[in-house]
Amino acid sequence: MSQVAIEAHELGKSFKLGMGKRGYGTLREALVGGIQQRAAKLTRRGSQKEETDWLWALKDISFAIENGEAIGLIGHNGAGKSTLLKIFSRIIEPSTGYADVTGRVGSLLEVGTGFHPELTGRENVFLNGAILGMRRAEIRSRFDEIVAFADIERFLDTPVKRYSSGMSVRLAFAVAAHLEPEILLVDEVLAVGDAAFQRRSLAKMNDVAKEGSTVVFVSHNLATIQALCTRGILLERGQVIADGPVQETVNMYLRSLERAANQDLLERTDRDRRGWKESLIRRVKVQDVVSGEDDVVVGGRPAKIVIEVTEVLPLMDCQLTVSNSLGHPVMTLDSTLPSPDDVRDESLGPRLECDLAALSLIPGRYRVDLVLRGNREIQDGLQAAAFFDVEPGVIDGRPIPPSGLDGDVMLPHVWRMPG
Amino acid sequence: MPETALATPPEETAQPPARSPRTVRLEPTRGFSRVLSPKELWSYRDLAVQIAMRDITLRYRQTALGAAWAILQPIAFMAVFSIIFGRFAGVGSDGLPYALFALAGLVPWAFFASTLQLGSESLVMYTELVSKIYFPRIFMPFGILVAGLVDLAVSTFLLIVIVLIYGIVPGVEVLMVPVLILIAAAAALGITSALSAINVKFRDVRYIVPFSVQLWLFLTPIVYPTSVLSQPWQTISAINPMVGVVEGFRWALLDTGSAPWDLIGISALSATVLLIAGLAYFDRVERTFADII
Repeated sequence: MSQVAIEAHELGKSFKLGMGKRGYGTLREALVGGIQQRAAKLTRRGSQKEETDWLWALKDISFAIENGEAIGLIGHNGAGKSTLLKIFSRIIEPSTGYADVTGRVGSLLEVGTGFHPELTGRENVFLNGAILGMRRAEIRSRFDEIVAFADIERFLDTPVKRYSSGMSVRLAFAVAAHLEPEILLVDEVLAVGDAAFQRRSLAKMNDVAKEGSTVVFVSHNLATIQALCTRGILLERGQVIADGPVQETVNMYLRSLERAANQDLLERTDRDRRGWKESLIRRVKVQDVVSGEDDVVVGGRPAKIVIEVTEVLPLMDCQLTVSNSLGHPVMTLDSTLPSPDDVRDESLGPRLECDLAALSLIPGRYRVDLVLRGNREIQDGLQAAAFFDVEPGVIDGRPIPPSGLDGDVMLPHVWRMPG
Repeated sequence: MPETALATPPEETAQPPARSPRTVRLEPTRGFSRVLSPKELWSYRDLAVQIAMRDITLRYRQTALGAAWAILQPIAFMAVFSIIFGRFAGVGSDGLPYALFALAGLVPWAFFASTLQLGSESLVMYTELVSKIYFPRIFMPFGILVAGLVDLAVSTFLLIVIVLIYGIVPGVEVLMVPVLILIAAAAALGITSALSAINVKFRDVRYIVPFSVQLWLFLTPIVYPTSVLSQPWQTISAINPMVGVVEGFRWALLDTGSAPWDLIGISALSATVLLIAGLAYFDRVERTFADII
């Protein structure tokens, strides 16, 4: 029996630049381009300009994953994590090298990928099961279990389009949970959507890993990677730059994030690929409102997070995550969850501001990741857009504990004690 | 004997003959027969069945008349064509009732046209599947073809009923109908797989197909008989595979006498070429679908 589940050997993947993901590439462009190329060939024979038009998303990737290992792929946006996962799941072909995959591969996908709204729950179970790689006999033998798990017995013959979103999620997850892959590939970016689904996906991954299957996990959430994986592979610009125990790799990544934050944000290339880039994040700072200082805040003082952007778009929003020095997310500030006190003010200029009445964090170094939205689309996204230090302080006169062994936040509170 | 028992390596008895894991090598491929290999298709057969079932089910989901549309569409066209071409323009119909003449051509045509139209969209309609999960993509146009064949079976059956109502009793030629359907299916699958693959890259297909299909309708002897063409052209026209199929349908069902073997033969050949060329093209470009869709 082979001990290796996945062996990558000098894997590389190149994409043609110019025709971006959103460029459909019309027939006219292809015809005109073809003629131009011919003409160019005729005039200056064999000028090889082509190589400059290729982007290497992955280059010389070699490693072996043993049976039963849980691997976390770590790296900036655009480092090639998702591309690598797509090669392992056979969706795309490598351009160079090869990967040997031994065992049945399963993927956890976004809720209801492959669900058809017009089909009934029953029909979708069979369709989705087959899409995820289950045999028909296998689905039939687990059908009752799946239905019971999803708790939709009464709606089995109702088209899924009439399901509540909760019901669809339950059904989608029930099918996925009954998949028994030998190798489970999960890209959190692909599996986004419903938070409940995500939570259950993680639980499923944990189970699968414990049962001895191989798991390859791509996520930005370093905390989940550290919780689930034993080994981390750090990718940067399409190359493996570290491969080892997950803690070491994560630490390396955190250090590289800090280096990236010192760079001019507009020059950074590790932007969220989903972004439309009509407006970019120019600068992010966390300001101590009392001292007016940037990126150093005394704990408990009011603070202001300022996000400067290149362009003002309609309906701008920001989703921001603050993580501690270990990479564990501490809090999320999300303007897409509106409050009546939020203000939209044109005179603000090209910037978004977030006021915190009291930055009740314990002392330490924190990182800000954010996603910028506008025009109903994701515009830009940056990991480690800023770092800030929190100095020892007080909240409501109470000193904030100096170290974060038991949590990173101290909320304002009042005790009542007998005597 | 106990010595031999001890000598047996323990893992051989302890390990049950579990599913032997198959190693798949993922590497850059060139040329043909990457995914259209029978072994590969067979290992995904359950998915092929599910996709075909989906396409069959979806075709008339939430329609009041359901599968009756398979015949109602050709009948509606028949009515229009009978009035315009049969009555006003006075187009000949080889001595048959014009309505029946047109319907016998429209039934296989409706299958061909709908397969082309739906099939060419079959990949781009499910972009998220193509970009997120692996399976032999040929199942997408193939599912549309299978759904079309189910339709065609229903409408051919009803066509035979109508023919009988007209008092025509087809002879043994009727046994050729499955062969003719096979020719139409081969041509349709060849063209539709090529179109669906081109559509992944160039969405122009979406605009070209509907009007090309309209044009093709008039290049096929549906509203007129092939006999309007003079001889070398009559035979040559059968390069259009639907010529042999349509004329074959009339001969097989309407008791017209002499068999158009030349037309059927050439059309069968042409359909085979289209099938092989279409699948070969699909096979060549399939590996790039997820990159560009």
